[in-house]
Amino acid sequence: MSAGAEKIAVTVSEKVVLNDLVTRFQFKRTDGGSFPAFSGGAHTVIEMKDGDMTRLNPYSLMSNPLTPEFYEVSIRRDSEGRGGSMFMHDQVNVGDEMVLSYPVNLFSLDLRARKQLLIAGGIGITPFIAQIKQMSLMSGNFELHYSVRTKSLGSYVDDLTDQHPNNVHIYYDDQDQQIELEHLLSGQPLGTHVYVCGPKGMINWVRSTAESLGWPESSIHFEEFLAPQSGKPFSATLAKSNVTVDVGEHESLLEAIERAGVDAPYLCRGGACGQCETRVIEHDGDIKHHDHWLEDEERACGDKIMPCVSRFEGKTLVLDR
Amino acid sequence: MTIQFNDETFKDDYTFKNSKEALARFPFPFHEDSYMYSVNLEPHVTSRPGSVYEMGFDVDEHYVSEMRDRAEVLAQDPLRSQSLPHMTLAGWDFLELVMENKSKDYPDLFELHKDGNKWRWINKPLGIDDTFTFLDETTLPYGPLEYIGRQTQGDHVLLDQREDNLWADAGIVTTQADWSLDFDIGMNFFQWHAPVPLAAELGVFKRALKFLMNIQLGAPARRLNWTMTVNPLLDTSPENYAEWGIQKTEITPETIGSKQHLRVELQTLWRLPRSNALVFPIRCYLASFEDIATVPKWGRRLHRVVRDIPDELATYKGFIDNKPLMLDFLSKFDDGLPTSDGIWPDIETEPPLQK
Ligand code: FES
Repeated sequence: MSAGAEKIAVTVSEKVVLNDLVTRFQFKRTDGGSFPAFSGGAHTVIEMKDGDMTRLNPYSLMSNPLTPEFYEVSIRRDSEGRGGSMFMHDQVNVGDEMVLSYPVNLFSLDLRARKQLLIAGGIGITPFIAQIKQMSLMSGNFELHYSVRTKSLGSYVDDLTDQHPNNVHIYYDDQDQQIELEHLLSGQPLGTHVYVCGPKGMINWVRSTAESLGWPESSIHFEEFLAPQSGKPFSATLAKSNVTVDVGEHESLLEAIERAGVDAPYLCRGGACGQCETRVIEHDGDIKHHDHWLEDEERACGDKIMPCVSRFEGKTLVLDR
Repeated sequence: MTIQFNDETFKDDYTFKNSKEALARFPFPFHEDSYMYSVNLEPHVTSRPGSVYEMGFDVDEHYVSEMRDRAEVLAQDPLRSQSLPHMTLAGWDFLELVMENKSKDYPDLFELHKDGNKWRWINKPLGIDDTFTFLDETTLPYGPLEYIGRQTQGDHVLLDQREDNLWADAGIVTTQADWSLDFDIGMNFFQWHAPVPLAAELGVFKRALKFLMNIQLGAPARRLNWTMTVNPLLDTSPENYAEWGIQKTEITPETIGSKQHLRVELQTLWRLPRSNALVFPIRCYLASFEDIATVPKWGRRLHRVVRDIPDELATYKGFIDNKPLMLDFLSKFDDGLPTSDGIWPDIETEPPLQK
């Protein structure tokens, strides 16, 4: 079962440069139909055809989830990365046809919460934009704390503060403003859930602070997609399919498996959902685990790998695929 | 497609009957001559025109009478329909799913007209023509789950997904095989499966839960489950045990063919878009032993399945006491010939009974 067993053919209908780093893309269905509704926090996987290479990158949807006329994502230019965001920024233009997966949500709101406390850093704002739209339509109680580097890099700061002046708090790094996290978390009414999306350090900070203040684990939500990292090329043998694939420097193992025409399951492509878990039949070398799905014992055991983000260095790697 | 709706009852005088056409599309649950508990989920995609797998939400000749039966159960026991407050959005998702599927699949029976959030829903078999505002509960006579649940065959449970688990936090349940919404509401996946014997040992649950949590929008799944019921009684709930518990003891060699029913559940699972919840429709189909035995392949196979089933499963499914009586009846339809693979009747290709 791959994410986007169901896919949607779309046409790029808008491309808006928000600032030096972030560009927003809007998609309409190529057949003119309407999009499936979704839940705030859901992502879609964009298929990017870059020459003879196909990249599949997940991005949070930020359009109105309840009755979407279009889908929108905001993409941060990552010049260090493997090129998916650069491709979108540099090569994709209004009128281009692309393919999106159906929405999948690994970061949904707990609708039982009395209050939703949202904490965003940088581009981590995007899932919250859809969640805030959803909550505004359903009179949900929320508060957003959004930390950005500078005024000019603060995507959507103006929209958010205009529309929700009482619920939105912005913090500017260059003005030395910081979320007073302990104070914030301690002052919340019973039944509050906290959500964090942003850089890894921020996620860890919020999780550990909330835990140390006695917040139940079930009330702490976070989304951490890892972009697949580049690394040394390696090969892997797919035992069931009886093929060997060569994984390039800027390619993930999952992408190489797909390129060989072998159907492999996935949902998040970011080491978070567990769907792509693959059994390692044999290996002689080091599995470079980059996911945050496997338990430490499972890693030590070396019989599982998450091909969406993890890599290998060594002689032989044989997978049950 | 025109459906001739039956006027029949599922209690008291039990006038429920399957027409020839209904029997031919009965979802016989055994794909081979034996049975073992398994999760056996497959994609719920349209297959076999005319079969119960053709449409997302199958409507058959029992529709109108089943909905009348449901209304009567709900009038007596309103707790058969419950929804915890956070599940209202999932209820709307489900209402939309049913209305869109039915109006597309049965345009002569159901119509949905949308003008923004102003929706008009026409249900011709039940004589309903309502206009309401989508996502505004005050414009419907019941909550969205109950409103559409009163117009959709099968029980429907809404499962909230959180904390790496699924929670049965809403449902409309009047045709269940011995479980209780009022008892199970708010429970998670492992809690509500606790009574199934063997299955836990088989370790199927963890895998099943993982599968269910990954069900995606636009890609529903399905499986068949089955049990036995004496008389075509839809409401075999714990609440109604006084009624059906006793009927199990009243069966005789003369009445078993007409009174003993194989009860099959077509269970489907759908991801709901706005709530990210799942809906779990459990649709019940009934057929009497004597009707089943008119299909040679099914007669042979049902005998073999009942004969060889492990006692703990026969106990769990509640027919261990009547098993000898069942075998006496069913053995008359088993001539020892081999059977074809799969659940379909294969009337044309399977040989008639050789005794
Ligand atoms: S696809 Fe989600 S962990 Fe690999």
